[in-house]
Amino acid sequence: MIEIIASIFLIAGSIFMFLSALGILRFPDVFTRMHAATKASSFGCGLMLIAVMLHIGGAGIIIGAFLTIIFIFMTAPVASHMIGRAAYFRGVRLWEKTVVDELKDRYDLEKHTLSSKKDTK
Amino acid sequence: MSYSLIEYAAFFSMLLIVLSLIITFIRLVLGPSLPDRVVALDLITMLTVGFIISYIILTRESVYLIAVMVVALIAFLGTVAIARYLEKRVLK
Repeated sequence: MIEIIASIFLIAGSIFMFLSALGILRFPDVFTRMHAATKASSFGCGLMLIAVMLHIGGAGIIIGAFLTIIFIFMTAPVASHMIGRAAYFRGVRLWEKTVVDELKDRYDLEKHTLSSKKDTK
Repeated sequence: MSYSLIEYAAFFSMLLIVLSLIITFIRLVLGPSLPDRVVALDLITMLTVGFIISYIILTRESVYLIAVMVVALIAFLGTVAIARYLEKRVLK
């Protein structure tokens, strides 16, 4: 029974990873690609580590896999945010069908700080 | 030699991850801008983590869980370092 559940978790995680790779190939611009790559791949890693916990078991493995899941879910958004910030500062072109760019004119390109002056004007 | 269900699942997930690696490598080669390539490299390290996890399940060698942690840490540090470098040399 546990073997079936672990297989389901493993295959679901690898399908999520495949979807993230598909997204990074098919999406039109850096930010949408990042949205596919970070979230789906960290979720897939979490599911596969749950499969490791179920299949192998033991206190050390469960604690290690759990800590790895927490580490991945804490660091993947930070790294993704830093790449997105760098891409925005470099002026990477957005998709032509982008509806709204809320960060426009709000970044100080010299001091690399974010302001909300546009609202108070 | 017959395989059990979990071993078939591990083979299938390894196959899917290798396909994903090929697709991500296409984006790494094509990627029009430098941040595209950084995102693709980040995804490649995450896929490597997934491949090592499939290998753990296939062989029951739980030692490689430490390798998973180390690869995840190096992926985070490398991505943050490249992102800071990209941000500091903004093209005018």
